Amino acid sequence: MTIRPTVLAGFAIQALQANKMRSFLTMLGVIIGVGAVIVMMAIGQGTQNQVLSRINQLGANRLTVMAGAQGGPPGRTTSAGNPLTLSDVEDISQLSFVKAVAPTVRGSVVATQGNHTWNTGITGTTPEMADISSLVLQSGRFFNQADLKAASPVAVLGQTAYENLFSYGVDPVGSQIRLQGISFRVIGLLRPVGATAGSDQDDVIYIPVTTAQIRLLGTSNQLVNAITVEVQDQAYMDRVQADITSLLRKKHRLTEAQEDDFRIMNNAQIQEQVESVTGTLTLFLAAVAGISLVVGGIGIMNIMLVSVTERTREIGVRMAIGASKRDILAQFLLEAVLMSLGGSLIGILLGMVATEVFAMVTTWPVAISLSSVLLAVGTASIIGIFFGFYPARHAANLNPAQALSYE
Amino acid sequence: MSTVDQVPLIQCRGITKVYPLSGVEVHALRGVDLNIAQGEMVAIMGASGSGKSTLMNILGCMDRQTGGSYLLEGIDVSTLDDSQLATLRNRKLGFVFQRYNLLARSTALHNVELPLFYAGFSPAEAKKEALLALEQVGLRDLAGHRPNQMSGGQQQRVAIARAVVNHPLVLLADEPTGALDTVSSVEIMQLFQRMHNERGVTVIIVTHEPNIADFCPRKVVMRDGVVVSDDNPSGSHRTMEEA
Ligand SMILES: Nc1ncnc2c1ncn2[C@@H]1O[C@H](COP(=O)(O)OP(=O)(O)O)[C@@H](O)[C@H]1O
Ligand SMILES: [Mg+2]
Repeated sequence: MTIRPTVLAGFAIQALQANKMRSFLTMLGVIIGVGAVIVMMAIGQGTQNQVLSRINQLGANRLTVMAGAQGGPPGRTTSAGNPLTLSDVEDISQLSFVKAVAPTVRGSVVATQGNHTWNTGITGTTPEMADISSLVLQSGRFFNQADLKAASPVAVLGQTAYENLFSYGVDPVGSQIRLQGISFRVIGLLRPVGATAGSDQDDVIYIPVTTAQIRLLGTSNQLVNAITVEVQDQAYMDRVQADITSLLRKKHRLTEAQEDDFRIMNNAQIQEQVESVTGTLTLFLAAVAGISLVVGGIGIMNIMLVSVTERTREIGVRMAIGASKRDILAQFLLEAVLMSLGGSLIGILLGMVATEVFAMVTTWPVAISLSSVLLAVGTASIIGIFFGFYPARHAANLNPAQALSYE
Repeated sequence: MSTVDQVPLIQCRGITKVYPLSGVEVHALRGVDLNIAQGEMVAIMGASGSGKSTLMNILGCMDRQTGGSYLLEGIDVSTLDDSQLATLRNRKLGFVFQRYNLLARSTALHNVELPLFYAGFSPAEAKKEALLALEQVGLRDLAGHRPNQMSGGQQQRVAIARAVVNHPLVLLADEPTGALDTVSSVEIMQLFQRMHNERGVTVIIVTHEPNIADFCPRKVVMRDGVVVSDDNPSGSHRTMEEA
């Protein structure tokens, strides 16, 4: 019969308790390493989740057509750059599998209300945009076809624009605001959406595209900045994108040799790209944090080597009274693993607290995943075994007689 | 009463030990022949450097000889692997050192429990046995004390309790009184005698003090790595009364 595992664990715990301060300082490396892994992965995962959910909210089956060429290689001829027009909007809406189309005209304006002034962006569009962009109203309504036809001076406010133009708690619906000095009636207030990776999606004012062109921006009443297309099903995305491309190339009379003079953003593609970029980011953050975990492991190895040297006589005594190599190896390995596991448990708690504090202070999106916790614990125990093995084997291979005569 | 025909407990034939010391070889043992029978109490004497500790380490299975053979209970120890030797040290051998070698941070009780733990005892069983052994050396009341709360003599008694707690065949002690005053030394030697009489354990004690050796019926003297004088070279058993 050999030593019971529980008794052996007791030996290891006793040895760690005998040098509390040293054990704690040794664990600190792992605590910080695991904490860093948890925080970094929570930030990476949170960012990815938020960006993806925002893209989903916008609709994965959405295409955005923008005027202007893709930056092509020098030497290739690009056309003068035909603008996008309301007639393009009309033509695209006739394509098959297209569910809805809405134009966007953008501009920056100075908005005033009472003694509040706010520089913001306006988006001129059609009523279809409310559906396509899944805009949700907190109060009031979105503008309708009648407003569009009449080029009515009506505005729908995003949360940030609202907060900066109105005092807290005031319902803006029915109030008048001025955009570039022109009076608009507020007819709706949108629910907050939040920021996507730093850019505030709520700092916006929606007005009818006709109003924007005629009354506010003084641009030609045909030109638009972008066209948003909702496709009936995500499966037709590539098909519709190809149809729009050939339609616009024909309308713009582009020759084979010429580049497109417009760009099409495909939300499904963007989603894939974002996923791969943020996935890489999360891995990178975890790897950076993982390095500190390895440093923590080296700290354990260092202390275990010191400990084995200091306790050479003790090892000799244990061997003299019957401890086998295996018993000695197991005890020292257990000491190392206990330190790294203890460190990783404290590190997880600390990492969770730090993640919450970070999220509260910066309002950055975070998400602690079970996989990051498992990864941290798994890595820490592997590190404990890996870095604990060498010192433990060193202890186990001591010759009892020599260990006992060690001064 | 003669038991010459019986196989001696310990049989050493031409044991040599060479330490490779930074290129120069140190011949610590140069051919030791020694038989010790079950139940003997033997003193091994000799000047410092004569090889007594080296021999004790080999007899205690804590080191391996360079040449010659060592049979314990008729088994050639050199054929056993490290883990079998560990089991042998745990079950059949008890070691007492000059400097006690108790675990400094552990109580007397825990120190005595240790060999039992390595034998697979549960904490409850180990505590029971260890308290019995401490009782036998008269230190049950000090079970909760740490080594630094005990005198040298008391520490050595704890070490003896630890050595005998697993009921070994052989009790080996390397200069057990070397660090003790005369009164404590006598007490320790009386304790060895009691263990020998009450438990029938074979006792081998290294000392260079003749008055300590006088507690042992048989004396073996070493010089320069060989046995130069032996009261009972055959290793046949003699009882205390005969001595
Ligand atoms: N680990 C060792 N390495 C090298 N030489 C040693 C070692 N142990 C003992 N010796 C040498 O072996 C000889 C015998 O030592 P030892 O057995 O300790 O003698 P004793 O116990 O009789 O004083 C001495 O010359 C000593 O220096
Ligand atoms: Mg010696």
